[in-house]
Amino acid sequence: MASGIKDKVAILGMGCSKFGERWNDNAEDLMLEAFTEALEDAGIEKSQIDAAWFATAIEEQHVGKSGIPLAMALRLPYIPVTRVENYCASGSEAFRGAVYAVASGAADIALAVGVEKLKDTGYGGLPQRSRGALNDQFWSNNSAPGSFAQLASAYQAKHGVDKNDLKRAMAHISVKSHANGAKNPKAHLQKAIDEDRVMSAPMIAEPLGLFDCCGVSDGSACAIVTTPEIAKSLGKTDLITVKALQLSVSNGTEAQHNSWDGSYFMTTQTAAKKAYEEAGIKNPRKDLSMFEVHDCFSVTELVTMEDLFISPEGGAINDIMDGFYDSNGSIPCQIDGGLKCFGHPIGASGLRMLYEMYLQMLGRAGARQREDNPVFGLTHNLGGFPHQNVAAVCVVGQDGA
Amino acid sequence: MSVGIHEFGGYVPIQRLKRKAIADANAWFNPALRGLGKGERSICNWDEDSVTMAVEAARDALGGTGSGSIDAVYFASTTLPFQDRQNAGIIAEALHLGSELLTMDVAGSQRAGTTALTAALKAAASGDRIIVAASEKRRTKAASPIELTTGDGAGALVIAEGDGAAKLLGRATHAVDFVDHYRGQDEAFDYFWEERWIRDEGYNKIVPAAVNAALANAGIKAGDVNHFIFPAAAGRVAAGLAKKLGIPDAAVRDNLQGTVGEAGSAHAIVMLVHALEEAKRGDIILVASFGQGCDALLFGVTDAVNDAKPAAGISGSITRRREEENYNRFLGINNLVNMEQGLRAEVDKQTGMTTLFRNKEMILSLVGGKCSECGTLQYPKSNVCANPNCGAVGTQEDQPFADMPAKLNSFTADSLTFSPDPPAYYGMVQFEDGGRGMLDLTDVDPNSELEVGQPLRMVFRIKEFDTKRGFRRYFWKATPDTEQEGA
Repeated sequence: MASGIKDKVAILGMGCSKFGERWNDNAEDLMLEAFTEALEDAGIEKSQIDAAWFATAIEEQHVGKSGIPLAMALRLPYIPVTRVENYCASGSEAFRGAVYAVASGAADIALAVGVEKLKDTGYGGLPQRSRGALNDQFWSNNSAPGSFAQLASAYQAKHGVDKNDLKRAMAHISVKSHANGAKNPKAHLQKAIDEDRVMSAPMIAEPLGLFDCCGVSDGSACAIVTTPEIAKSLGKTDLITVKALQLSVSNGTEAQHNSWDGSYFMTTQTAAKKAYEEAGIKNPRKDLSMFEVHDCFSVTELVTMEDLFISPEGGAINDIMDGFYDSNGSIPCQIDGGLKCFGHPIGASGLRMLYEMYLQMLGRAGARQREDNPVFGLTHNLGGFPHQNVAAVCVVGQDGA
Repeated sequence: MSVGIHEFGGYVPIQRLKRKAIADANAWFNPALRGLGKGERSICNWDEDSVTMAVEAARDALGGTGSGSIDAVYFASTTLPFQDRQNAGIIAEALHLGSELLTMDVAGSQRAGTTALTAALKAAASGDRIIVAASEKRRTKAASPIELTTGDGAGALVIAEGDGAAKLLGRATHAVDFVDHYRGQDEAFDYFWEERWIRDEGYNKIVPAAVNAALANAGIKAGDVNHFIFPAAAGRVAAGLAKKLGIPDAAVRDNLQGTVGEAGSAHAIVMLVHALEEAKRGDIILVASFGQGCDALLFGVTDAVNDAKPAAGISGSITRRREEENYNRFLGINNLVNMEQGLRAEVDKQTGMTTLFRNKEMILSLVGGKCSECGTLQYPKSNVCANPNCGAVGTQEDQPFADMPAKLNSFTADSLTFSPDPPAYYGMVQFEDGGRGMLDLTDVDPNSELEVGQPLRMVFRIKEFDTKRGFRRYFWKATPDTEQEGA
């Protein structure tokens, strides 16, 4: 078995732009905003960066292809820039590239940047686009909410859950994220809401109403990574290191084989198991201090709490209603507002989740700062549809923990 | 050697628009429409056209797809989706009939259905087994009388040597360039001349000539006819003709005006299928259809008619109905009003002809794979078996899915994605013997709740319209299976 990534790489600096409807900014402006913060935080010069990974998912909507847009936006000094795309998990993919480059010794300091400029379509929701020449001829006419909404019907059928109980738990998830987002000045949506408002909102894709869906946002997030040794030599203390980086990609079993019942994510479960092993986490419900999941829709967050083995199978609703995942609960989930309220500029989201873990562990999270001293934080970044997707699970934590 | 109708089937779309809704909307302009505002007419869903209805009627006749030993498909319609791409060829692909057959579109007249039937009867004499499918979805102007009197539907017959369920007794055709109405090239709508003239000089003169010739050809007296099929929408036309010809009044078949409407060039076949469903041994059926002349055919019903009765037929299709009172929706889904469809409708729907051709069995015939090592069914067919415990390479044999019962695994009703008739229903469709797909659902009753585990069956439909290029993609969709539900 591979020895894994644990404690081989430390986060030197991070940055994140304000997320939201950035009508007057281009993707390049957002990237520079995140990068400037990260570079200052890292305390290095741009010339010290050896290589960069650049994540965007819907590049045809803004910067176009290749690593060039990042190199040009930041005027990187002719270093390697690799553009990565893995649906909505692209940000985690950029981070993985940079971390592995440092771990391999190929780079001393590496950069990961994710960006998405989505609010140039003229309509709400994600851009409508081709899924590929053949896919377009047989895939259902599915949107993101319509694909994820189906988790609800399958989950209800499997666990014999009442439709309204599920809808109420989903509403609690959104209310919680809105409350958290209200304490985050960089969040796209900063208004608290109540459950009744969620329950009575217009239907987007049954049973998902407007408030069950995350914000579609413009934004960028960025990480600069290096070895713990170099970080220390640069004067850093209280290092946050990478404990696990796992990715699991559907091979078509869910989409084509009747062994999958549609109520959970095979990929998330696979990546989570490997990540806990890599990080040395025996009992995630006890050991994790906090986590950020890919809450593109409320119901995604609900089933993911089970897929990450934090809630028992069929037990997420109870934990949610008990406040287990609230900001003052045992393990806060989406303490920054999550995709739901911080926003979801696709390529940036995986890095944004890590940004929150990083801020919380360094005690820099302002009004939403946890009072206990977070040790392990997990991020879960998902791309695609429940029946065919990529799931990235990353664990970061205090150095030596 | 005799020739006859060996199998028959029919299809009428599930939605029925109340004629009163059409009349109420347009009477301000033409109060006379109120006189036509009774009963209901069948209307296609947005994803149906003459080709998709013909496929369903033919499946009903054949008892499924992939039926062997078909030598030809004759498709009759005046509302062919493609002017240049053989429509009968699309039907043959959907029915998975292979490529060794003759396909032909018959169009250009309201008697196209009976003309295709006549040609098939002639060809059957030389040994061919032929599917005759007739289907019509007429495009009508708002507030036009035919908006109320027409309906959408299809009928299909299998014609071959031997008596079959109904043996050909005799026939005649008179061709007369009598232009009661016409539709010129590039025109969207029909143009009509005065009804009284059509009745006096058309129906009452041209039809009797052809019918009398057919009766003489068959050696049958008009008084012996048990089923007289004359597919005119106007109520008393057929009865008037019967009287003139000496056909008993009781033999005049219901023109289905109250339940379906007149399905254009397909209506003679639709009524013929309906008659065969109700006929008994020894009955004599006379079909006459009018359109720049008249085709008249006489059939003698045999014992075999009982075994040939289709699963649904026209009778079953008439029973399977859902009322629609929203005339605006009818206008909207037929592009008869300029609807704001939103920016999401603007996505380019170009279809790669190379992609389609390379995958035509997968797309048009719904053929997937079956692993010869582990027996797992999968869609689409792939190089590596989808069974996680198998993974064999290059072991998949063709596996048709079109006729396999399925169940719903998960679903949604999506109001965000573009659909001509929102919300868009889709879900994970799981086939009985294995295999599944995230597929579109169609003909879902908006007033009923979908359920996990609910029975589904597959139907051939339009997947997308490419409005920029005049192309339309066909594919298969799942629809609630009320037969299975009842079982």
